[in-house]
Amino acid sequence: MIKFLFKGLLRDKHRSLMPLIVVAVGVMLTVFFQSWLTGVISDSIEFNARFTTGHVKVMTNAYAENVEQMPNDLALMGVDTILPGLKKDFPGLDWAERIHFAGLIDVPDAQGETRAQGTVVGFGIDLLSGDPRETDRMNIRSSLKKGRLPQKSGGILLSDAVSEKLKVNPGDTVSIISSTMFGEMAVYNFILSGTVEFGSTAMDKGSFLADIGDVRKALNMEDATGEILGFLNGGFYDHELAEQTTIDFNKRYSRSTDEFSPVMQTLKEQQNMGILVDYSYKMLGIMISVFLVAMSIVLWNAGLLGGLRRYGEFGMRLAIGESKGHVYKTMIYESLLIGVLGSFAGIAIGLGVAWYFQTYGINVGSMMKDSTMMMPAVMRAHITPETWYIGFIPGVFSKLIGTMLSGIGIFKRQTAQLFKELES
Amino acid sequence: MTAILVILLMGFSALNAQTPDGKEILRRIDQNMTSENRVFTAKMIIHGRRSVRTVESKTWTAGDSKSYTEYLFPVRDQGTKMLKLEEQLWIYSPATDRIIQISGHMLRQSVMGSDLSYEDMMEDSKLTSHYNAEVTGSEKVGDRMCWIVKLTAFDPEMAYQGRKMWVDQERNIPLREELFAKSGTLLKRTELSDVVNLFGRWFPRKMVFKDVLKDGEGTEFIIGEIQFNVPIPDYVFSKASLKK
Repeated sequence: MIKFLFKGLLRDKHRSLMPLIVVAVGVMLTVFFQSWLTGVISDSIEFNARFTTGHVKVMTNAYAENVEQMPNDLALMGVDTILPGLKKDFPGLDWAERIHFAGLIDVPDAQGETRAQGTVVGFGIDLLSGDPRETDRMNIRSSLKKGRLPQKSGGILLSDAVSEKLKVNPGDTVSIISSTMFGEMAVYNFILSGTVEFGSTAMDKGSFLADIGDVRKALNMEDATGEILGFLNGGFYDHELAEQTTIDFNKRYSRSTDEFSPVMQTLKEQQNMGILVDYSYKMLGIMISVFLVAMSIVLWNAGLLGGLRRYGEFGMRLAIGESKGHVYKTMIYESLLIGVLGSFAGIAIGLGVAWYFQTYGINVGSMMKDSTMMMPAVMRAHITPETWYIGFIPGVFSKLIGTMLSGIGIFKRQTAQLFKELES
Repeated sequence: MTAILVILLMGFSALNAQTPDGKEILRRIDQNMTSENRVFTAKMIIHGRRSVRTVESKTWTAGDSKSYTEYLFPVRDQGTKMLKLEEQLWIYSPATDRIIQISGHMLRQSVMGSDLSYEDMMEDSKLTSHYNAEVTGSEKVGDRMCWIVKLTAFDPEMAYQGRKMWVDQERNIPLREELFAKSGTLLKRTELSDVVNLFGRWFPRKMVFKDVLKDGEGTEFIIGEIQFNVPIPDYVFSKASLKK
């Protein structure tokens, strides 16, 4: 019977083409909208995770209390023993040491005196070990604007906007002035290896990156680090997993009575990220639901209209002896066929569009010029497992429900009434 | 009844006559605390949350606009020099062989992680040149009777727009001080002690600074050798001396 119905649909374009196009367009929009919203929201969260919070972060209790001030005098000491322990006890996470600090960048003139100055926030990360995970995580290679990554100790990457402002170029010497972890004045000379533009105003306004080994020397932090960031192997923040890891770690290693004891916090526990994460995912859920309902109504309506338009045909079929049940069943099967085929087409096109926006994104940097939020300037879609099936909800089920409702009319109407409709 | 009132009024007037004018107290403090120039060695004991550090330095100052400090200890800071001329400060770092200029709001940053800012460190200006004063009462600090003096800056550039001082009534030296921002927020507390008579003036050898916005137990600033009004060659206050 399916083959028979399929042939009928192919031969009668009024019954197949338009409903198929409507379903495909509706499904495509649903697929794209879901992937786009998921991408924008999860990118904002992951951007923060990659640069500042990690999926989990290990600090001292005292550092965690004042984390916004980057208090390296309260840094974790004995990292050589803490880090191997973390790797052994929590192999499901990738661990990265970071030193985050504020300072002054000073550019000398020919006499070695101050020519230009600016305030900067420094990131001490692994740039020289040969392990590309940190450079990949912060997307440094593709953020390079001038020069190259530091190849040896003493190299520095400076945000392009700051380098333009201070008129420095790769190869120039700059001094960083900050405080050591013991409070002494730290003045350290670096060679500018390259400039970077991350596409986030918060990062591009005034940041620099140096190898964590150099930062340790500059800030007198041998065997110490401000933060150890943990990233879940899945690549995206999973709160339940992060929370469980944090509970396990704190139970084993953290003592609330010792302000220098290590403590682990999830991304949600840091810097108001909990509000951002909860709010974002709530909003994502609401927006997708609203869109899904709207699209379902459209396709349900399409199914309803499709059924009502064919009342004359049903009258004829009943007149020639086809049973009401059989007419109703064929309607449902036809609707199911159109729904499934339209959904597949819509999902395929929607995934293609989503893939394009996932790969290339849309640059909204100009709209965020004065924003201090840690947001990526290039917004991208994100194809998730839900993207693959979410389109079937409006595509198949709504169409089917619409057809089922319109089909009820077949049972309610008398044969004479259907004949009358056929005559009209 | 009239007689009682007259006696009371006379008593009040007599008491009032004993309370010096705020400006006069400031003038007396200036006589003790400021000088045309001075050379001193100092030890700064910084009580951080994690450790206690000691920094030793030698400072040359002339009036309230020129100051030169060389750090002698610890080894990591040895040879670091600071030169202040008017509102500008240059720091020489021997490790990088760089002379770095610090100006504007950077002067309010902590020196070597202590509770003192560069401005605190270099300040030797006369209180009478920047503040109006009013005596608001008297109170004992330790076993010394003090005037409580409220200072209000008439110079809008001053780092501390308000001060509250407990001034030793006999020696005219502040023994306790609270420093306020323009908003009235308390920024720092200082306790001055170990007051000695040096060359005919009273001078506190020990000052404990506490930046109330900063963690830690405060910074002790202990003056070692001190000489007032000694000739200081002009080259000391030049940028060339930083690299010497």
